[in-house]
Amino acid sequence: MTQAHFGVVIVSHVPELAKGLVALLKESAKDVPITYSGGTDDGDIGSSFTNISQAIEENTADEIFAFYDLGSAKMTLEMVMEMTDKQIHLMDTALVEGAFTAAALLQGGAPLERIMQQLKPLTVK
Amino acid sequence: MLTVENTTTWLVTFTDKITQQTAYLSELDQAIGDGDHGSNMARGTTAMKAKLENTAFTSVSELFKVAAMTLISTVGGASGPLYGSAFLAMSKQAEASTEDVPAIIKAGLEGIQKRGKAERGEKTMVDVWAAALDALDTNTLTHHTIEEAVHETKHIQATKGRAAYLADRSVGHLDPGAVSTGYLFEAMLEGDIIQ
Ligand SMILES: Nc1ncnc2c1ncn2[C@@H]1O[C@H](COP(=O)(O)OP(=O)(O)OP(=O)(O)O)[C@@H](O)[C@H]1O
Ligand SMILES: [Mg+2]
Repeated sequence: MTQAHFGVVIVSHVPELAKGLVALLKESAKDVPITYSGGTDDGDIGSSFTNISQAIEENTADEIFAFYDLGSAKMTLEMVMEMTDKQIHLMDTALVEGAFTAAALLQGGAPLERIMQQLKPLTVK
Repeated sequence: MLTVENTTTWLVTFTDKITQQTAYLSELDQAIGDGDHGSNMARGTTAMKAKLENTAFTSVSELFKVAAMTLISTVGGASGPLYGSAFLAMSKQAEASTEDVPAIIKAGLEGIQKRGKAERGEKTMVDVWAAALDALDTNTLTHHTIEEAVHETKHIQATKGRAAYLADRSVGHLDPGAVSTGYLFEAMLEGDIIQ
């Protein structure tokens, strides 16, 4: 597969939650670049600006769908978005369903509009 | 007017208050959140204080920027990007003028609202920032007005932040972020910033 243009980033308060969700997505989207940030710098429950920046930068895609769990995960993602060159689509969908939908559609080569259209009804926040 | 000196004192005094009240702030957050506001703020402000004490700043704007970036990268909860966005906006405003203290606080409040989308009356730190700004504008910022604004949050039902998930069960508790913001303005009062 040629270098993927689209990727997925997962941001959760809990390292295991982020990691577990990526395992779930990878089952149906093995060629999609998926990276994650879970927890604080110390591996505690919370959000880390550094870890989120890293998840975005380490993702080999230039255009990214970002999914998050709660409050500070979103706000910290937004701060990172203001400081990166990558194009980020911050999705306010249910975390698991939204991320799975995007990853599976990307694996199938769906275009951006189609993915956005399918994510829209999954918006919960 | 803000100077590098009085702004440093202000934020160091704020840090010391947070450090003294860490357990209390976490206890408040335990009731309507996840119990980490005290430890989040203590970690962030302690790192900020160390930066402030070890850097020779040439402007208030630069000082706020460093304070903001330190909080953003060390707090670990919603209060990180929120106080961080406030201080970043205050840094921008301080670049324009350090004379007009209310204008700087107004910029800070707008920074928080841009980040967290909360209006006044949603039981967040916004309530105390907004009340403090009103008081600054009318020259009535006192320990009493700050305390009143903080206490006001007790009667409100939360519609933003973690506490919003509790709906009406959030009523009857102080908002932890409102209490820590109270310390920020107490520290300002004690710092001879406003006459
Ligand atoms: N959207 C918001 N707008 C303004 N203030 C907010 C918002 N969300 C939370 N807050 C403030 O942040 C305080 C909580 O800060 P704290 O450091 O405990 O973050 P948290 O809620 O635990 O973060 P997380 O989103 O990771 O759960 C609240 O008491 C409230 O004052
Ligand atoms: Mg909390």
